[in-house]
Amino acid sequence: MRARALLDKTGPLLGLVFVAITFGLLVGPQFFRPANLELIARQTSIVCVAALGMTIVIVAAGIDLSVGSIIALSTVVIALLLRAGVGPALAALGGVTAGAVCGSATGLLVTRLRVVPFIVTLGMMLLVRGAAKGLAHERRIEAPVTWLNDLLRTVEAGHGTLVPMGIWIVAAVALVVAGVLRYTRFGRHLFAIGSNERTARLCGVPVERCKIAAYTVAAALAGLAGVMQFAKLAVGDPTVAVGLELDVIAAVIIGGGSLAGGKGTVAGTLVGAAIMAVIQVGCSQKGLPNWVQQIVTGSVIVVAVALDRWRERSSVA
Amino acid sequence: MADGVNGRAPRFEMRGVHKSFGATVALDGVDLAVAPGEVCALVGQNGAGKSTLMGILSGALRPDAGVMTLDGAPYGPRSPLEARRSGVAMIYQELPLAPHLSVMDNVALGMEPCRLGLVRRDLVRKMAEDVLAQLHHPEIAPEAIVGTLSPSEQQLVEIARALAVGCRVLVLDEPTSSLGRGDVGRLFELVARLREQGHAIVYISHFIEEVKEVSGRFVVLRDGHNVGGGATATARPDEIVAMMVGRKVDNLYPRTARRPGRPILELEGFGPGGASFTLHRGEILGIAGLLGAGRTRLLRTLFGLEPVREGRVRLGGLAGPWPPSRCWAQGMGLLSEDRTGEGLALGLGVGENLTLSRLTGLGPGPLVLPSRQDAAAKAWIAPLDIRCTSPRQPVGELSGGNQQKVALARLLYHDVDVLLLDEPTRGIDVASKAQIYELIDALVSEGKAGGRPAKAVVMVSGYLPELLGLCDRIAVMCRGRLGPARPVEELDEHRLMLEATGAVEAA
Repeated sequence: MRARALLDKTGPLLGLVFVAITFGLLVGPQFFRPANLELIARQTSIVCVAALGMTIVIVAAGIDLSVGSIIALSTVVIALLLRAGVGPALAALGGVTAGAVCGSATGLLVTRLRVVPFIVTLGMMLLVRGAAKGLAHERRIEAPVTWLNDLLRTVEAGHGTLVPMGIWIVAAVALVVAGVLRYTRFGRHLFAIGSNERTARLCGVPVERCKIAAYTVAAALAGLAGVMQFAKLAVGDPTVAVGLELDVIAAVIIGGGSLAGGKGTVAGTLVGAAIMAVIQVGCSQKGLPNWVQQIVTGSVIVVAVALDRWRERSSVA
Repeated sequence: MADGVNGRAPRFEMRGVHKSFGATVALDGVDLAVAPGEVCALVGQNGAGKSTLMGILSGALRPDAGVMTLDGAPYGPRSPLEARRSGVAMIYQELPLAPHLSVMDNVALGMEPCRLGLVRRDLVRKMAEDVLAQLHHPEIAPEAIVGTLSPSEQQLVEIARALAVGCRVLVLDEPTSSLGRGDVGRLFELVARLREQGHAIVYISHFIEEVKEVSGRFVVLRDGHNVGGGATATARPDEIVAMMVGRKVDNLYPRTARRPGRPILELEGFGPGGASFTLHRGEILGIAGLLGAGRTRLLRTLFGLEPVREGRVRLGGLAGPWPPSRCWAQGMGLLSEDRTGEGLALGLGVGENLTLSRLTGLGPGPLVLPSRQDAAAKAWIAPLDIRCTSPRQPVGELSGGNQQKVALARLLYHDVDVLLLDEPTRGIDVASKAQIYELIDALVSEGKAGGRPAKAVVMVSGYLPELLGLCDRIAVMCRGRLGPARPVEELDEHRLMLEATGAVEAA
């Protein structure tokens, strides 16, 4: 029984170890060199930040399909602000705020109209993407170079911070989100809503307010993922991150989250994102074509969820 | 009974049927036989075994022992579908129709006449028209979308569906519960017509007046046994009720000395339900009534979970109504009758469920420290004898009795003054029941509450002995209205059942 409990807790981590060793054997020992690990971390940082937000939403039995569009909108807003002469920090804040505004709208629609979140956010996905394109006049927006572009740039040896600032930001956000989910009333309320919304209502949990807050925070983090995206591209691009929401959702699900709600952890989500990044980097370094990488990633998602269901069934029986 | 019912060979016969769920014996050697062209009423209190017996007849449940025959041939359906194909159909309270499909598609569902894999729409339409004509309701259009029909028309479609398969035995389970007065009359005409056409009909109802009107014979179940029956025409309502309630005296119910204190909850024409009563500290007020009488809705409305239609409510001097969060804050808690669907989040731990209504005070500021949460839960796990491996064990893994104790412990942890308990002992084992009775009694008796003022309890139950054993006053709910609350000394099961079944008005 203890072995099972241990397996339950470390399931996704074992998956990561397995995938990493597999590619370690395929690619060779250089796969584990610090520079390569940093590359994997940089590759995954955008998905990670957005997935941390998605974890909050999925724990409360919701889903947000507008994440990719929000990332694009955020890059456009940042580029426009920089061009208008706003400082980089404020411009980044602008991107995050744009996301938060979209999230509040989603939350209001989900709670007021009582439409299922899948549909509302499907609409928001198109709506926000359209808004981003309109704002950018369907062009990439060049912006002056600032320190924002260094967020995900490899730090030169001897320059203190060890890894790029962007990765530190991901780590900090992860710690905060984990703490909020685990140790605050808001976090516990989200789990209760996701596990059984009627129970939450019975117990006086402010269900509507919690949901709006969850979508707002999640979209603000998607906006932050947009900041990372901007750092990588150095331009505002309204067509970037199409379909990225699926990678983000996959990271949460591989990490043990359940679309039925009430389940999901920050550590799991980070591991889930890492698994996908390892597959991505590993495949490209082994010289495997993109279609192989997609098949492998798809299989991992299905296997992870199937294992999870099997675990759940056998623990109830 | 082997020689048939009233001299006729029975259409179906069940003999010596046994069924247990775990340690609970639901049916202990029950007999039932119904002849063609006969309407037999099956009556009994909630939990008497009617639903289980009919579940077995209609293939939803398998009996542990017993013999069943249909038109003289052995009968043992393994599923409701098989039972339907053999000719036995149950018309449920909650009508299982596909609301987006048309009447004819619903009637033919699962047995669509086909040619070369294509559905013969013309035959489907004819099939629907034929059965609707047989029911004397040709006014229902085969193309009508079922979801747009009234409840009584939907019921007709459901019956039509059963007839289309060629069912000879129809079980109607509380068929009037979703109908208005006028529709009830039409349903009775339909039942009479089906009887004349030679169908065997089992009619389940709580309402004695309906039984008198619609059936020729009645059979009474109590605690999983046959306890009587006879011709409906010659039986008096109070005789039938006497068979339903029996004469058992039970010492399961503790009753320490109670002293009613100050009024704490006052209702005036509050509803839906038109409820008026004043609840005092140190008092248990019972609400009796049959399934579907509106008892649960009254409690949910009072707790802000359903819209208030009328009347006023005051709790400790403050005027309501309030949303659930304010109810908790003002010292009123609700125990839901739907333990797994509403009462508890089954995937979450014992401690999480127990403390959900009040997470404040479990850490500094907005924080909730798991260790404090565990400690808070442990403070109730031991005294309530909740069997769990740890406060973090998911509630879904516990037995029904232990789950109920967790749900009840939430109200105690929150330390509310008014406890609204909806069916607090439904579906749990006898040992847990006794513990819960003791607990409820202790809450309202001053001495046991550890120096604190006694609490007040409103308890809804369909099980009369429990109400009579525990409560100080009882009000009866019938057809959506709550009668006056009267001291338990003036009441007995017989009286309550007469009022709950609408046989007499509350005095």
